[in-house]
Amino acid sequence: MAYVAIADRDHEIEHHDPDTFITKYIWSQDHKVIAIQYSLIAIFVGLIALGLSVMMRLQLGFPNDFSFITPEHYYQFVTMHGMIMVIYLLTALFLGGFGNYLIPLMCGSRDMVFPYMNMLSVWVYLLSVIILLASFFVPGGSTGAGWTLYPPQAIAAGTPGVDWGILLMLLSLAVFIVAFTMGGLNYVTTVLQARCKGMTLMRMPLSVWGIFTATVLGLLAFPALLVSAIMMILDKTVMSSFFMPAALIAGEQSSHTGGSPVLFQHLFWFFGHPEVYIVALPAFGIVSDVLATHARKNIFGYRMMVWAILAIGGLSFIVWAHHMYVSGMNPYFGFFFATTTLIIAVPTALKVYNWVLTLWQGNIHLRVPMLFAIGFIFTFIHGGLTGIFLGNVVVDLPLSDTYFVVAHFHMVMGVSPVLVVFAAIYHWFPKITGKMFDERLGRWHFWLTFLGTYSIYLPMHYLGFLGVPRRYFAMGDPSFMPESAHSLNTAITVSAIIVAMTQILFFVNIIKSLRSGEKAGPNPWGATSLEWLTPDTPPKHGNWGHHLPEVHRWAYDYSVPGYPDDFIPQTVPADKAPSGRDHGVKH
Amino acid sequence: MTITLIFLAAIMATVIGWLLKQTLNTQPWMASAADDAVSGRSLDTHSKTIALTTFLAVATSLFALFISAYTMRMHMADWSPLTEPNMLWINTGLLVLASIAYQLTRNAAVAAKQSFLKPGLAISGLFTLLFLGGQLLAWQGLYASGHYMTSNPANAFFYLLTAVHGLHILGGLYVWARSTIKVWTGAEADSVRLSIELCTVYWHYLLLVWLVLFGLLLST
Ligand code: HEM
Ligand SMILES: [Cu+2]
Repeated sequence: MAYVAIADRDHEIEHHDPDTFITKYIWSQDHKVIAIQYSLIAIFVGLIALGLSVMMRLQLGFPNDFSFITPEHYYQFVTMHGMIMVIYLLTALFLGGFGNYLIPLMCGSRDMVFPYMNMLSVWVYLLSVIILLASFFVPGGSTGAGWTLYPPQAIAAGTPGVDWGILLMLLSLAVFIVAFTMGGLNYVTTVLQARCKGMTLMRMPLSVWGIFTATVLGLLAFPALLVSAIMMILDKTVMSSFFMPAALIAGEQSSHTGGSPVLFQHLFWFFGHPEVYIVALPAFGIVSDVLATHARKNIFGYRMMVWAILAIGGLSFIVWAHHMYVSGMNPYFGFFFATTTLIIAVPTALKVYNWVLTLWQGNIHLRVPMLFAIGFIFTFIHGGLTGIFLGNVVVDLPLSDTYFVVAHFHMVMGVSPVLVVFAAIYHWFPKITGKMFDERLGRWHFWLTFLGTYSIYLPMHYLGFLGVPRRYFAMGDPSFMPESAHSLNTAITVSAIIVAMTQILFFVNIIKSLRSGEKAGPNPWGATSLEWLTPDTPPKHGNWGHHLPEVHRWAYDYSVPGYPDDFIPQTVPADKAPSGRDHGVKH
Repeated sequence: MTITLIFLAAIMATVIGWLLKQTLNTQPWMASAADDAVSGRSLDTHSKTIALTTFLAVATSLFALFISAYTMRMHMADWSPLTEPNMLWINTGLLVLASIAYQLTRNAAVAAKQSFLKPGLAISGLFTLLFLGGQLLAWQGLYASGHYMTSNPANAFFYLLTAVHGLHILGGLYVWARSTIKVWTGAEADSVRLSIELCTVYWHYLLLVWLVLFGLLLST
């Protein structure tokens, strides 16, 4: 059968050449514009969440010095901070932002397969963000139930935001899930159908593998959140009793009977654990590509990396109850989940080894994206190791709900993916904007962020060992907390403020570079994958000019002996250049 | 949660198994000659078919989770089983008829029997709307006899499951309306064929889901 690239078939991709300002930048169906819209919204809410975390730290570091932070506010800050960071920032940025930008470019297609639905996706996402932010302004304020939204307290009188805040939160999540599903159907279909000629699945860069698998996880896991949101809304509005047990709430017998809060926990974590990998897998993929490019080496064990991504994706559905060891579960249940949890650490560790081995004897260029990528290896190993502590039931029982858990998930899901986000932004900035960024500012940004976050989260492990509980507004003076622990809290707050301020450097860098940055060539890093080979930089609508690229090799042909350049773009035919691993093989 | 696990395990196993098949025995580091037949398309189907299949996986996950929640909640002390209204048997029949009508319409569209399309679509839509109407009647009956959402979790689940299923049907009717309008304004069979084919799959799927839900409601 003669091969026709799907993206070039008129009847499968609608024409939508933008001509006015509005169709070009606002109601745009171009995946690159949509990617930027997604990213800007995500970063905007992310900054709000960052501000909230600084407020929390102010309270913890200087208890009672700030009278505007009441206990109610504190819980609202905790909740909104967590939810925004996990869902509205990281999920949206990795899949809506990078997924949209990279999938069509890296796969060699002109756009997503369903551009109109893609555009709807970003606008519905914006709607969910607006609903979420609106909850700050309704009577009673936003919900203070904690990002896990556990019933009964999430909808029981006494919790902040119980009147409107919780409803808006649940509604916003439901809307977000709709937006995500529209985007997700696009990403999956585009990866499966719209790759250019020669781009077999096993020639895709790992970024695409990570984003693709994360999308599949999201599509299957978000329904669990939707189910729990719907049932919780009903418990709240029509007084059904899915989750709500009979309870005395604020001295009054509620009209609920017999509901099961543990049922909610199952549903929530059935979504919640895959969710952490929805954020982690794209980061894994992107960091692999950044490492290989700046170390001028092929990624170590490409196939193993792909299999590890798939294995993690599959396993992440059967570990959820490790978040519920303290819910009074059957010990055999706990045993099962501890086992699966430790098994999932195997492919995860394998990826770490492969990153380190990629660096081994590489020709490492310590440019800014590379700094962030290497920083990620450190923080991720760190967070992964504490995960293994928590995965064991007996170790988890005393540590659960302490600062040790806070330290674990911030190392692994806060700092690590954010470092990758920065690595990715610096790495692709020249392609997205056509300008180079300021290397020196970037280095300052890295070192302050990296060392700063370490000095925030490392001490939290120790606080956790002491037994300091998480989500407490004020500790008072318990006997298990020595004076030094209080000073430590103050020090953490100072670091947190420094790290937050450091991010100004990043924005200064972006704005300055956009205005007066050096013009970037099409391929400043000497990278092999397709997005660096577009005829225009930044790529124009349709990405590839008249002809789609044709791919002849994988994306990791770096430093191949016998070839003049230290990289061979994916489009170079086999008879023009050797194959990557030929060297070392005797002919 | 066992039910969800089985469903998701099946879905994940299919996805991962298929992907692994694509990846085993490959030598990704080998460049290949320019004239090779390596194709970028892994599945030789229309992209809308893939999108629908993916969406069905999402919907399956959703329904499986609702069913899991149902079976877990069922074991709590305050559960008192609901006697399903007999109306549901009629509704089930209507939905089966809708599915059959859609299948026949699809066959006609594939065979380009233009004259069959209008009545085919009309009848499929009619049966589907009747099904929805019947469900509403069933609700009304339950409500009138004092089975409120608040009075028992079994009732609450009944309203919830039927509502979620009904909403999926409404989504299908939206696409149905689009192709119906197209046909009425003179579109050729060819231009609505794909849409009708996909709707048929969706209708069969929702019939299957309904049978599972109905079976679950009856047996508990
Ligand atoms: C090496 C693999 C990992 C293991 C064994 C592991 C284990 C655990 C365990 C047992 C808990 C529950 C602690 C408790 O509440 O008592 C936990 C919490 C958490 N983990 Fe991990 N984890 C791993 C990797 C990750 C990754 C890669 C991420 C995210 C990218 C992540 C994100 C989280 C989050 C967000 C929480 C806390 C949720 C909350 O209670 O609010 N973990 N982890
Ligand atoms: Cu987990």
